[in-house]
Amino acid sequence: MSDPRWSEALAHLPDYLGNHVRVSVAALALGLLISLPLAIIARNRPVLRGALLGLASIVQTVPGLALLALFYPLLLALTAVTAAWLGFSFSAFGFLPAVLALALYSMLPVLRNTITGLSGVDPAVLEAAEGVGMTPRQSLTMVELPLALPVMMAGIRTAAVWVIGTATLSTPIGQTSLGNYIFAGLQTQNWVFVLFGCFAAAVLALVVDQLLALIENGLRNRSRVRAALGGLGIAVLIAATLVPALARPHARYVVGAKTFTEQYVLSALMAHRLQAAGLPTTTRAGLGSNVIFDALAAGDIDVYVDYSGTLWANQFHHADIRPRAELLSELKTTLAKQDITLFGELGFENAYALVMPKKRADQLGIHSIADLASRAATMSIAGDYEFFSRPEWAGIQQAYGLTFRAQRTMQPDFMYAAVASGEVDVIAGYTSDGLIAKYDLVTLADDRHAIPPYDAIVLLSPKRRDDEVLKAALRPLLGKIGIAEMREANLRASGNDAASSPDAVARWLWERIGGK
Amino acid sequence: MVRDLRSSSNGQRMPATPLIAYAHVDKSFDNGRVVAVDDVSLEVAEGEFLAVVGGSGSGKTTLLRLANRLIEADRGQIAVEGEDVSRVDPILLRRRIGYVFQSGGLFPHLTVAGNIGITPRLLGWPQAEISARVDELLDLVRLDRAQHRDRLPHELSGGQRQRVGVARALAAKPRIVLMDEPFGALDPLTRDALGDDYRTLHRELGLTTVMITHDMTEALLLADRVAVMRGGRLLALGTAAELARNTDAYVGELLRTPRRQAERLGALLPRDATA
Repeated sequence: MSDPRWSEALAHLPDYLGNHVRVSVAALALGLLISLPLAIIARNRPVLRGALLGLASIVQTVPGLALLALFYPLLLALTAVTAAWLGFSFSAFGFLPAVLALALYSMLPVLRNTITGLSGVDPAVLEAAEGVGMTPRQSLTMVELPLALPVMMAGIRTAAVWVIGTATLSTPIGQTSLGNYIFAGLQTQNWVFVLFGCFAAAVLALVVDQLLALIENGLRNRSRVRAALGGLGIAVLIAATLVPALARPHARYVVGAKTFTEQYVLSALMAHRLQAAGLPTTTRAGLGSNVIFDALAAGDIDVYVDYSGTLWANQFHHADIRPRAELLSELKTTLAKQDITLFGELGFENAYALVMPKKRADQLGIHSIADLASRAATMSIAGDYEFFSRPEWAGIQQAYGLTFRAQRTMQPDFMYAAVASGEVDVIAGYTSDGLIAKYDLVTLADDRHAIPPYDAIVLLSPKRRDDEVLKAALRPLLGKIGIAEMREANLRASGNDAASSPDAVARWLWERIGGK
Repeated sequence: MVRDLRSSSNGQRMPATPLIAYAHVDKSFDNGRVVAVDDVSLEVAEGEFLAVVGGSGSGKTTLLRLANRLIEADRGQIAVEGEDVSRVDPILLRRRIGYVFQSGGLFPHLTVAGNIGITPRLLGWPQAEISARVDELLDLVRLDRAQHRDRLPHELSGGQRQRVGVARALAAKPRIVLMDEPFGALDPLTRDALGDDYRTLHRELGLTTVMITHDMTEALLLADRVAVMRGGRLLALGTAAELARNTDAYVGELLRTPRRQAERLGALLPRDATA
């Protein structure tokens, strides 16, 4: 426990756990509210029953992460419709899509067990219920449901455990959960966080399962005490996780971050600046690339860092490459049409670059990609899984007439070690990667501008367009973070010790760029 | 073949208005492919104990269930306590007719008291009254109050379960009790004791009972009159003596076993034997 990362993890627990319980309970409640009546209606209708169970099974086969991700654009489209026709909109980000997807996910075990439980009631008993003068409703509530209860509760317990586990995947669509530990930990190689997140989610699932078991036991043995104790336990758990979240002042500013190390560091840095300016701020880290821009446009987050080339190609689907300044100004105009402010560049680029060991480059007198052209025929190159099929590679080959002896595809983490050890001669790396500094590598200049610019740019949501306090707080960062600083920050953050948490690295980076 | 009630030999016991009356009742299943009850007319007098005997598929169970509308008739009329059952709410009808199921049909999640008190509860009796009635009924069916009241059905023997079944049927003080092979699954000793006990209750409470059975001996020993069904039709109806005079081959076949048993037992256990 001497490791400060444990206490940092613990400090996040009320927030993460509270949100996790809230989203799980809401999803389970909604799931039960839909599944139980459906199961009761469908129990004597074979066609409907088959259709429902089939549908629920199909939903179950969709990976949890994909199901959650699908609900975001779905709700986004829906809120556009309601805004246009009904005059109101709602947030398609975070809580709502997470609850809907998880509720859907909880339906199969509840439906299946309720139908199985109800249809497993002895026909002789049903006949007796009718014979003693029960109405169909009385037969259901006084005989069928009580007899099916153990099987139904087993389904509800399964659903609860599934929902609590799957809720960890709601982090990328903007719902804070115990998954925040896991996503952040995986990206920044903070195994303390990963372990903490897994452990917390597992303990929560076990506790809820046991409390539900207590309720089930109480109901089955007609023990009011046990049922009440279980119910009380659940209520206390919900209350305990809601209280700290409600008591904390509501953060008005939300800083977003995508799912890689650099983004975690930069969002922490911006959050520190806003807090220093007296603005209550929280971060939503680990958002999917497809989610984060829409979340900003919808005002679910207020500010985040994107890259000019990424927006150019992925968000606005341009195939051509423009010079840096032209691309930025074009982008600024396009973004302004959506009322999004391109506040400014941080100063570094995170682009693809051809990289080789500094010593070898100096020996061979290679400083630019053009210098490489004459020697490429005897050299090998490695890139990540998508690089050789991207337009950047075609552009580079065309502009410089490059033909390598061999080209290999590698896991990004291994590329740098491979080029440093001489296993390959050149790699297509990322300009801001900390490993470039670690292995003493050099990026080759792209004099002919074949690689599109990937300037790190700060984007502000529509409602922060005229927020001068926010702008004043972030202005000291603009143009200050050079490639060397970012590389070193990324290298520090990829470490596996206490000083490598995004918060610690952000503080280091702030001092490094001359902050007070 | 079917004799008129009022002209039968013990006609002086039969009051004028029957409590249950079937008139030309038909019932078939599977869109008419299986005829379960075929043009049956039958009257059960107040205070009478009628046994309906037949093999499986004879339609005897269907006939019983038509009376409290667990099954609806296709044609014909059924009157209970003078009312046409098709004009009565079937739920209310069932609550005022006691029904004893084959092998008990008890609710496995309810205690003995909960099972016995179910129909009064459905009728909205006050809790104290239900509780007192349960005790009364436990005494009536000769089960120990303290020992059995709070037990669950699976903790009882077969005979005890059937006693609870009888108590449940009597709970709301019905005038009519329908019994569907009530003692069929019990061992002979328990069966005899229960049959005798029920016969006493029937007489003391002034009940009108219709009992389904496949056992002619049981029917002859317990009932005032016996109805014989085969293939959905009512073959014969009458007292033991009347059936004995019946010329139908099937009726004769049904009587052969009890007769032979009676003869052998008569020979084995002479009346004037002393211990």
